[in-house]
Amino acid sequence: MLDAADRRGLLRAMVLMRAVEERGLSLYKQGKIPGSFYDGRGQEAISVGATWALGAADAVCSPLIRDLGAHLVRGTDLAEIFRHYMGRENELSHGREGNVHFGDRRVGVVGMVSMLPDMMVVAGGLAMAFKLRSEQRCALSFFGDGATSRGDWHEAMNWAALYGLPVIFVLENNQFAYSTPTSRQFAREPVARAAAYGVAAVSVDGNDVEAVFEATREARERALAGDGPTLIEARTLRMHGHGAHDDASYIPTELLEEWLGRDPIERLASRLGEEETAAVEAEVAAQIDAALARAMEAPMPAPGTAGDDVFCVGEPVTLGEGAAPWSGFAAPDPLPAAA
Amino acid sequence: MALRTYLQAISDGLREALAGDESVFVMGEDVGAFGGAFKVTDGLQAEFGPDRVRDAPIAEAGIIGSAVGAAIAGMRPVCEMQFSDFVACGFDQLVNVAGKMHYRVGLSVPLVLRLPSGGGFAGGPFHSQNPEAWFMHAPGLKVVAPSTPEDAKGLLAAAIADPNPVVFMEHKHLYRRIKGEVPGHPYATPFSARVARAGSDLTVIAYGAMVHAALEAAEDLEGASVEVLDLRSLAPLDEEAILDSVAKTSKVLVIDEANRTCAAGAEVASLIADRAFGHLDGPVRRLATPDVPIPFSPPLEEAVIPTADRIAEACRELLDY
Repeated sequence: MLDAADRRGLLRAMVLMRAVEERGLSLYKQGKIPGSFYDGRGQEAISVGATWALGAADAVCSPLIRDLGAHLVRGTDLAEIFRHYMGRENELSHGREGNVHFGDRRVGVVGMVSMLPDMMVVAGGLAMAFKLRSEQRCALSFFGDGATSRGDWHEAMNWAALYGLPVIFVLENNQFAYSTPTSRQFAREPVARAAAYGVAAVSVDGNDVEAVFEATREARERALAGDGPTLIEARTLRMHGHGAHDDASYIPTELLEEWLGRDPIERLASRLGEEETAAVEAEVAAQIDAALARAMEAPMPAPGTAGDDVFCVGEPVTLGEGAAPWSGFAAPDPLPAAA
Repeated sequence: MALRTYLQAISDGLREALAGDESVFVMGEDVGAFGGAFKVTDGLQAEFGPDRVRDAPIAEAGIIGSAVGAAIAGMRPVCEMQFSDFVACGFDQLVNVAGKMHYRVGLSVPLVLRLPSGGGFAGGPFHSQNPEAWFMHAPGLKVVAPSTPEDAKGLLAAAIADPNPVVFMEHKHLYRRIKGEVPGHPYATPFSARVARAGSDLTVIAYGAMVHAALEAAEDLEGASVEVLDLRSLAPLDEEAILDSVAKTSKVLVIDEANRTCAAGAEVASLIADRAFGHLDGPVRRLATPDVPIPFSPPLEEAVIPTADRIAEACRELLDY
């Protein structure tokens, strides 16, 4: 289902995600990014692979702090992301939302909140609206292993299954909720619990971008055919601490070494070859330099704007459409009609 | 105009909204086939179908969070918490997700959350609360609290038309007890205060069921000209109407059926102290339910919720000051 251009695109998005986050970490260490900083090193295949399978009108609700790739695939402007990281004036949130919490509504992305997994319930609501209006769209929500312990996760599962909603839940099982391993979080695996609720549940290698793409593509097909929600568990390991302030000393070295050998970028790069990978890396480096230079020109927000836009005035603002890069969408009608 | 109960006026407002706008839908526990625990939504599912008048699982976070998603997608959900007390289970979705959405990421959340609230009928600690101040304190939420059938319908229409989340406090003790003339056509009532009774010696500021207690008290105060200001909207608060009334009467009593500390009335008293000090001819007095859970047994409940008698007594003290 994926062609050569898709594979190059997937590699490019993953390389871009990692390089942007590496740049972000340096900017943070230089004091140019306020707050703390969080990245998704080692988990690039999940947000990139899942969003690659989405159509333009689908909604991402929401990418989490490990999911920069989702923003990049949907088409969020990179300079805007850097402006946002640095607390500079930008159209994503005008400096109001936390540095790694954002969402560009114009490309169909709803920004996350810190309380996990609240946005899974909201994604179910989006899917409910799509279904009520008989629209061929779905919502996709990312969440972590830790989120499966909270009540909202269970309400989201029950709700989606009960109403047969066109929603895809992508579990990033990175084995740790901050410092707490899954063995101390739950007695039953999330996939088993999701299945018990009546949600189709599958488990894939989260470091294999093509596997994540394929599972999401199938889940979307199911959603649009009227066959209800899917939970995709993408198994991975968080290769950095929870945030830049966390040295992750609680993760055993052997475990890190084991997963270093499964690096999602290296896996796809080895398939595409050194020459193509080098070209992608050079392209990405130039793109980041240019975007960052543009971002640096932006002013800090004017203090007088801190109280603006608490309320919407006038017509409601809703979600726009994002990029849908998968080559499959170029075909006349890759999806079956709704039941 | 037709004579309608407070409950019928809300029901009429929901029916008109459902008929007038395809994007409106109603969702809550038992609101569909059963017509709601209080029958506010009675008959609506038969008229508009189960998709637009939806029975939800007992999951308050699920109801509010789903409504947020639907609202972001361009719908106008009107949700019911079976009792306002239960909104605590969905607090996070309302306060953190709905309230902050527009400020954070620029998306509108045109959501109405109906909260049947208030005591006076032996409902006990989990069926009698007045949690409006929780939401006044949360940026991004509007809070309205009608006291009459006409305002209940008009404020509901305005809340549904608003592009922001609106918490609609409907007082259960007014549902069937209060009747009034209500226009038979759709109309919107602005989020502003209303002079329920004009007077010149003292202003009693109240909202919801306490407006009726204040009016009853005012009737008992022979020889005194008491103004009753019905706030109708708590967020935004109609500051000008409050200050105008205080400038006219120079004495003010603020009533809350809610627990006293940090109640809506505390904000009103603070506003008056700050901006109407020069007009005052006496202390700003408050009467509210003390900071206790609402007890079940009638003599205990009557001991804590402000009554017309206690309002009249507080008025007399202030008039004599």
